[in-house]
Amino acid sequence: MNWNAGLPLLILGSSLLPGLVIFFLPEERVATRTTLNLAGAVIKLVLVGVMVWGVFHGHYYETRLPLLPGLDLVLRADALSVLFVTLSSVLWLLTTVYAIGYLEGSPHRSRFFGFFSLCVTATVGVALAGNLITFLLFYELLTLATYPLIVHRGTEVARRAGRSYLIYTVAGGTLLLVATVWLYDLAGSLEFTHRGFVAELVDTHRVALTAVFVLLIAGLGVKAALVPFHGWLPQAMVAPAPVSALLHAVAVVKAGAFGIVRVVYDVYGVTVAADLGVTGPLTILAAVTIIYGSVRALFQDDLKRRLAFSTVSQISYIVLGVAIVGPIATIGGLVHLVHQGVMKITLFFCAGNLAETLGIHKISEMNGVGRRMPWTMAAFTIGALGMIGVPPLAGFISKWYLGLGALEAGQGWVIVVLAGSSVLNAGYFLPVLYAAWFKSPPDGWPAERSFGRSETAWSLLAPPVVTALLTLAAGLLASAPFSPLQWARFITGQEFLP
Amino acid sequence: MHAIPWGVMVILLPLVGAVSCFLWPRRSVPLGLVTALGVVACVAGLGWQVVEQGVQRYAVGGWVAPLGIDLYADGLSWLMLMVAALVGLGISVYSSGYFNRDKAIQFWPLWMFLWTALNALFLSADIFNLYVTLELLGLASVALVALAGGADALTGAMRYLLVSLLGSLAYLLGVALLYHSFGSVDIALLAQRVESSPTVWAAVGLMSAGLLLKTALFPLHFWLPPAHASAAAPVGAALSALVVEASFYILLRLWVEIFPLSGTALGQLLGLLGAAAVLWGGLQALRQTRLKLLIAYSTVAQIGYLFLAFPLASSIAWKGVIYLLLSHALAKAAMFMAAGNIVRFGGHDRIADLDRVAQRLPLTLTAFALAGVSIMGLPPSGGFIGKWLLLEAALHAGQWWWLIVLILGGLLAAAYVFKVIGHAFTQPAVTHEARAVAARMEWAALILAVAAILLGLVALWPLALMDIGLPFVGNSTG
Repeated sequence: MNWNAGLPLLILGSSLLPGLVIFFLPEERVATRTTLNLAGAVIKLVLVGVMVWGVFHGHYYETRLPLLPGLDLVLRADALSVLFVTLSSVLWLLTTVYAIGYLEGSPHRSRFFGFFSLCVTATVGVALAGNLITFLLFYELLTLATYPLIVHRGTEVARRAGRSYLIYTVAGGTLLLVATVWLYDLAGSLEFTHRGFVAELVDTHRVALTAVFVLLIAGLGVKAALVPFHGWLPQAMVAPAPVSALLHAVAVVKAGAFGIVRVVYDVYGVTVAADLGVTGPLTILAAVTIIYGSVRALFQDDLKRRLAFSTVSQISYIVLGVAIVGPIATIGGLVHLVHQGVMKITLFFCAGNLAETLGIHKISEMNGVGRRMPWTMAAFTIGALGMIGVPPLAGFISKWYLGLGALEAGQGWVIVVLAGSSVLNAGYFLPVLYAAWFKSPPDGWPAERSFGRSETAWSLLAPPVVTALLTLAAGLLASAPFSPLQWARFITGQEFLP
Repeated sequence: MHAIPWGVMVILLPLVGAVSCFLWPRRSVPLGLVTALGVVACVAGLGWQVVEQGVQRYAVGGWVAPLGIDLYADGLSWLMLMVAALVGLGISVYSSGYFNRDKAIQFWPLWMFLWTALNALFLSADIFNLYVTLELLGLASVALVALAGGADALTGAMRYLLVSLLGSLAYLLGVALLYHSFGSVDIALLAQRVESSPTVWAAVGLMSAGLLLKTALFPLHFWLPPAHASAAAPVGAALSALVVEASFYILLRLWVEIFPLSGTALGQLLGLLGAAAVLWGGLQALRQTRLKLLIAYSTVAQIGYLFLAFPLASSIAWKGVIYLLLSHALAKAAMFMAAGNIVRFGGHDRIADLDRVAQRLPLTLTAFALAGVSIMGLPPSGGFIGKWLLLEAALHAGQWWWLIVLILGGLLAAAYVFKVIGHAFTQPAVTHEARAVAARMEWAALILAVAAILLGLVALWPLALMDIGLPFVGNSTG
């Protein structure tokens, strides 16, 4: 096996192997566990860097293992998968640092970090999957690896959230399985191909193709938290903060959204999908989800719950960008895949800091917290403003391209949705910021822990500060080479240009 | 090497093991373990022969069919032997830690005897020989169930004995009818001679009914859960993983090779019963409050899947079903062993009170979870491959309703597996106490469960083996 065929496998292995070793580590071997975690994350980042460089220069990375006669397990690096892999490996490193600080001294850490690594392995597998069956495999693995993380605390609430998560995702996975088999029966292939592989069937199997599309979107929509399949996400916020961060920004919801992108572009192809008439309803579904999530977020007092509904809304920007059908909207959707991840992870890190340091879980407890934890709240502010879409932050870039794309595709009504969503975003984020910075703090915090002169542990503080800076950079340096925006243009060029 | 009759050794070796365990009871554990390793080696040797030289036929004692006893090994029988050898080795290792001295003296000869009967069954080339091995297998199983002692086990064993005898008797009547009409009991000869007549139909009916009873296909499954759940854990593992599937194997041989009836209304009927078993077994498993009963009902459901191939009757469907059978054997054995560990550690198997036990046996719980993944049919696992092939076959045949059964069965399986696993994540105080469970008992379960998962990644190889001897080609429509 040469280098180009081995690299995708190595990238998977860089989190799988440490994960498997960690399972067998005794609880008290903290140093070994930390070293393994960080070494795996850094090695993965380096390997991904090599891969990004290679893909940009036209190298072809593919690992192929036979699964069944005529069906292979394929890991392949194309421009789209590299976008997602990079996002997840950068954020994994930061989340690992954060989680090590967050869980210090708590029980079951070997179990936690073992599943944590499996979860990232599954995400990277989803990103690199070169056909639908490989995608399905890692998509299901993701379900199994995330469940123990959600119920990690072991409380009754956590177990209920875990149960609800399983009911939704196992059902979703089943729909995906049915769709995959059906598609294989129709098309005889499952390989992701630019502009899809079902074009010849459109005339003969219209109804079947439409049904398969609906099944696929429903199966993926569960993880992407599309309304009405979003019910598990707000419940899952009982998980420890690093898990929520990973769930909302990198792993689960992103895998769903990424899958929708794959299905529309590389299974059906946008033109075929538009011809089948399925992109219109998908646009409407995305728009409904955007507004619904934002409205629900307005009424939450629990900070993590508000953030969870915000995710429901924001993830659908990606779906929206894909469903509008047009190069500019596509750029907007794809770039939001990265931007949403970076911004939302910042917010969840900060929420975790508030809970860990001061015992704050509710927005009504956040008065004046900016004075006690200025760095955390500064990062939170950047993330929140980015979500609202204030220029020059990352979220602005996404919304700008989505809006332009909608106009270009002649779907002006989408602008109304975007504007409405921005107003609602402002409606649920600005009061938080106002309370944190301008209201006077209470006499005491719910459960304060002291960290000496710094506002909290450095391992909790550094990750959100870094991701806040990334949010800023993604907006300011949007036209620099290898920025998310430029990479999204690169991908879109492959899909739309002849 | 070429000349060694590995197939005969595969039967003789466990028989010698049984006799020596009986003669030297104090040494039964080492004797049994050595025999188990030997059987695995012989099966490997046979596999090498089958791959290199194709189908193997032995005329025992130099007499050929129709007079003598013929042994026959094609790819399918070898796969069955191999999975039995792996599970058997696992059960042997597990049992060496499970039984106390008194029980061990009784267990080992019976278990070796059961293994002998099983191997002979997979190698039999004629329907009478199959009857003999089936009867021996049944008797050994009943004795092993009774070994657990106590009222539950004895009632279970008694019921099992009656069912087993009834099933064999029906089968024997069918054999007699066929022998009377066609003058042979050899499968290959019968396959050439059989033609449709009332006698043949009566024979098919009797033989199938007997085997269905022994395979515990819904609604003839009533005897299985009490017998399997009340038996000792390694015995439950052997029964659920191997014994039940042995009678299915005979049914498969009969239907595929002698009476190609699978595509007919009778095939549809078997499929319907299978579907009912999948759903009923799944629902019952979900309702259970005891872990071992849950696992036993899961066996009822999993057996149902095997019958979904009869209405489809395509080569893909048969292969899918055999794949399910192989992975179920590994996974279910792992599950019973895991349950045995939990009972040994906590003294009970009430699912609602598993919290305190499950967390302190992480390897056991992992084994249960991994086996569960295969039972649910999630990728990557042997169970997934089997299910995928069946789904493909159902769509290909245009019989989409079987798809619904497969899907619902998977969802039910997920529900009952997670019902157990959920208990691992509760918050009892972590205390480190001495373990009462031997490490090899945990590892035996884990390794079998991992094997069930790995079976999903090496599918090409077993699938190619199924083509050796081509049992499914003449009959295939897809």
